Amino acid sequence: MTYAIRAEGLVRRFGATTALAGVDLAVPSGTVYGLLGPNGAGKTTTVRVLATLLAADSGHATVGGYDVRRDAHRVRQLIGLTGQYASVDEALTGTENLLLIGRLLGLSRADARARARELLARFQLADAADRAAKTYSGGMRRRLDLAASLVGRPQVLFLDEPTTGLDPRSRNDLWDTVRGLVTDGVTVLLTTQYLEEADQLASEIAVVDHGRVIAQGTPEELKAKTGGQVLAIRPADPADLATVVAIAGEAAAASPEVAQSTVTVAVNGPGVLPAVVRRLDDAEIPVAELALRGASLDEVFLHLTGHRAEPDAPTGDDTPSGADLERTPA
Amino acid sequence: MTAATVTAPLALARRLGVGAGVRHTLTLAWRSLVQIKHNPMELLDLSIQPVMFVLLFTYVFGTAISGSPGEYLTFALPGIIVQNALFATMTTGFGLNNDLTKGVFDRLRALPIARWAPLAGRILADTVKQAWSVSLLIGVGAILGFRLGNGVLGLLGAFALLLAFSLAAAWISVLVGVLVSEPDKVQIFGFTVIFPLTFTSNVFVPTDRMPGWLQHWVEVNPVTILADALRGLLVGGPVVGPAIQAMIWAVALAAVFAPLAVRALRRRV
Ligand SMILES: Nc1ncnc2c1ncn2[C@@H]1O[C@H](COP(=O)(O)OP(=O)(O)OP(=O)(O)O)[C@@H](O)[C@H]1O
Ligand SMILES: [Mg+2]
Repeated sequence: MTYAIRAEGLVRRFGATTALAGVDLAVPSGTVYGLLGPNGAGKTTTVRVLATLLAADSGHATVGGYDVRRDAHRVRQLIGLTGQYASVDEALTGTENLLLIGRLLGLSRADARARARELLARFQLADAADRAAKTYSGGMRRRLDLAASLVGRPQVLFLDEPTTGLDPRSRNDLWDTVRGLVTDGVTVLLTTQYLEEADQLASEIAVVDHGRVIAQGTPEELKAKTGGQVLAIRPADPADLATVVAIAGEAAAASPEVAQSTVTVAVNGPGVLPAVVRRLDDAEIPVAELALRGASLDEVFLHLTGHRAEPDAPTGDDTPSGADLERTPA
Repeated sequence: MTAATVTAPLALARRLGVGAGVRHTLTLAWRSLVQIKHNPMELLDLSIQPVMFVLLFTYVFGTAISGSPGEYLTFALPGIIVQNALFATMTTGFGLNNDLTKGVFDRLRALPIARWAPLAGRILADTVKQAWSVSLLIGVGAILGFRLGNGVLGLLGAFALLLAFSLAAAWISVLVGVLVSEPDKVQIFGFTVIFPLTFTSNVFVPTDRMPGWLQHWVEVNPVTILADALRGLLVGGPVVGPAIQAMIWAVALAAVFAPLAVRALRRRV
């Protein structure tokens, strides 16, 4: 197997903060690789090191076989980067943003213009092509940002939380785009806070926490590890919470968690849901909400680390002002 | 890592030629200039503010200071050009900070382009803006009665000296642009430093009309020196002395602030 990206023992500190505590990655060529982790886990720092923007304190990494430090210029000819915060020039139009990148990449004026037109059409921005990007919505900016990272037809694409702040439809479009790119042979390293997204796209996932890869495998392997599904029960009367915890615990033979008047418990067999429903009925407890859902990142974390995913900070110190996108859970 | 695990490397260029860097610089300068098209306010900023300064000072202070607006214009216009040039250098730091905080700088750095091109492109574009404002000031001055004492040669000399000094002073702006957290702080810095600096020079009021203790400072103020050099070039009078002193200042500013700015930028990104 050939690897488009390899990282070994990446360490990076910012003052007293250890953002990366020894990250190892091996991303097979032509696949989507998911980097899954909570706020402050080190996802962006990893991407910045791999994209030649940041030097690691120790460890080394290659992209397309080239060392990201020693051969940075070559690496830059292979990669495309869509950062966590849309980094388009707001004072330029959509077309001009893409023309700028095309020209910097050495395309002729005509080629750059054709490429810009093609990408704007592909990302449903043709109508807004001649408007300044500052008039774009958050989702349009992110699409333009992605288009900008594709101008040079990269072999390796870094997408840092590409769907944060997108509505469900735009998110699905983006997922389709990523699948299309992989069909064309592009390797995609995607960071996300959402297990579902990694599950949908990635053929392999690395779970990062506190700057370390704490689990690695296919989505199936990870979900098998975490028990797969979770049952959430919200009693109509919060006074019933204790009883519900007892019932859920007994039926699932696992210890339930309580948060926001909702009881959650890992489901490890097909009999659990009917059993819980029957017993709730017997106990005559009215239920406001009962749902079976996939394990969330929280639950993956709880399982893998024994602690809940605790964000160091809601936003990093490097959060650009004026770009605070709302976070919509997938 | 073993060689077998690596994708066969493509034949990619290891380094960039200088010619490519120049092309990148020109493209990035284009980018800064085309922004004006979508932000007409910036053009107003570049145009109205300098013109207003000329009109206000000429007609409000002219008679009081020099006896007539016409004479005052001859005295003050070269200095107003200097003040305007100093304010214009702040554009560089403002734009750079904007790029840094909005992530545009990172996008550019991840491209296979010359490392110095983003900064050089910005400075080039700001130089073009600078040239526009100076031409406008001299044009408006001419309408109001300002006459060139040394013809086109003096004018070109003034342009060259001003650009050289601005390029040096731009490094201060770059340093500030890298250090502050948001673009507006660059503006605030500019106003707090440039206003006192130009008002305690002989740009608006002749040195001998100021209190004695202040005169000592006025005489060594680099703004005074540059204004004197421009007066010599545009109106007449001594040129070589003040021009050499102004160049020494420019070299000193660049020598101090260029390394500081570059180091700060390396640290920030
Ligand atoms: N430039 C910086 N200066 C100081 N600390 C930093 C810097 N960049 C990152 N950090 C810190 O390093 C840690 C990892 O940050 P990183 O941005 O890589 O996390 P992340 O996984 O991308 O998080 P998020 O989901 O919030 O984007 C955090 O504690 C963050 O505060
Ligand atoms: Mg991040």
